[in-house]
Amino acid sequence: MSAAAPGDPSVWTAVRSLFLRDLRLALRRRADTLAAAIFFVIVASLFPLGVGPDLDLLRRMGPGVVWVAALLASMLSLPRLFAEDHQDGTLEQMLLSPCPLPLLVLAKMAAHWLCSGLLLLALSPLLALQFDLPASAIGVLVLALLLGTPVLSLVGGIGAALTVGVRGAAVLLTLLVLPLVVPVLIFGAGAVEAHSAGLGYGGHLSLLGALLALALFLSPWAAAMALRIALD
Amino acid sequence: MGAQRINWFHFAAPQRFHSLAGRAVPWFAALAGVLCAVGLFMGLAVAPTDYKQGEAYRIIFVHVPTAWMSMLLYLAMAFWAAIGLIFNARLASMLAIAIAPSGALMTFLALWTGALWGKPTWGTWWVWDARLTSELILLFLYVGVLSLHAAIEDPRRADRAAALLAIVGVVNVPIIYFSVRWWNTLHQGASISISKGSTIDPVMLNSMLVMTLAFWMYAFAVVFARVRSIILERERGSAWTRPHLRALEPA
Repeated sequence: MSAAAPGDPSVWTAVRSLFLRDLRLALRRRADTLAAAIFFVIVASLFPLGVGPDLDLLRRMGPGVVWVAALLASMLSLPRLFAEDHQDGTLEQMLLSPCPLPLLVLAKMAAHWLCSGLLLLALSPLLALQFDLPASAIGVLVLALLLGTPVLSLVGGIGAALTVGVRGAAVLLTLLVLPLVVPVLIFGAGAVEAHSAGLGYGGHLSLLGALLALALFLSPWAAAMALRIALD
Repeated sequence: MGAQRINWFHFAAPQRFHSLAGRAVPWFAALAGVLCAVGLFMGLAVAPTDYKQGEAYRIIFVHVPTAWMSMLLYLAMAFWAAIGLIFNARLASMLAIAIAPSGALMTFLALWTGALWGKPTWGTWWVWDARLTSELILLFLYVGVLSLHAAIEDPRRADRAAALLAIVGVVNVPIIYFSVRWWNTLHQGASISISKGSTIDPVMLNSMLVMTLAFWMYAFAVVFARVRSIILERERGSAWTRPHLRALEPA
């Protein structure tokens, strides 16, 4: 196996075509993609039914509820990230290709984020309105989600790679990934709360950005290694 | 240099380690028993009563050692997992997965004793204190490693996948700890802190250290015993395990 250098134009062609292929597949299976989004809306809508319609309480809970719902919803579509490619043999071709595997994995993670995280991001203002969050807080929430949801796709990708071909992968994946993304939840929901409390939210967003940078750097490697272990 | 290397790796062969661990387990177990008896005597009978918390504080002699062990064992597990992954060493991977249940048990005990301590002193079983919360997440990480290992059929593949997860966890543990601490201070300001600083009575400190040593010896004994079973299970095809396996069969 001769590895192609990242400067090789054919590498970027491979990465781009894999990214576009995953997007196309997601668009052709709208039901799957939309199911996660609808799950997001339903989970968030269940909370007022559970704790009562008191607006003061809901306003305080809103950011946390939206974040927890986003966490759970992004777990839903993660098992499919590598499972189908594993079934039809595409994954083996990816492993054999001269293109660096972490880059291919990153392309798949990016496509996953566009189809799950971005969709949740677009729906979140609507849910925030249900919880009576003021417009400025909604802005902060969307910013925090913009920085935080890619981390969910990146760290979740490691979990998805570790559970490729494992029975009961979906539940196991949730078990593995959710404890690891606790910091994202804390800083994501914390940003909105800090804003509502009149404190600066810049620190929270900076930390989310730092987590994103760290995950962007490390998780494609970890996921690529996990795939190599899975298909050993 | 060459001779030293051979010595170093002498016990890396599962067969040799099996007999070494077999000889070591009774010693560690006996040490654990003695140290535990001494530590408990010092802690329960000799150490003075706390002027603020009364007798309830005495659970500290189990609580603090288990909390320390829970973190130490995670590091030990990740270390052996990394060695197993990097050098493709079978024994290191077996050691890592043998440490995991003990680590999970220590984490659970730390949480449990913490709750028992919290009720009389804070008036509540559970506080979302930074340490309690990060200890809880540590328990989830242990459970994740164990269940990933259990879900994969092929033991070598399971070893390596669990090793990778343990390493990812180690990178994440400080991030989780600091984020939880920061979240906690943001939420409730100056919360109840478990740490009492260095103003602790020397007898208390000493009995705590003795108990920590006791738990350490216990962990060695249990992990070695568990590794022996794992070695026998995995090497059951090879000839040297036959007498050991036959000895285990019911008469």
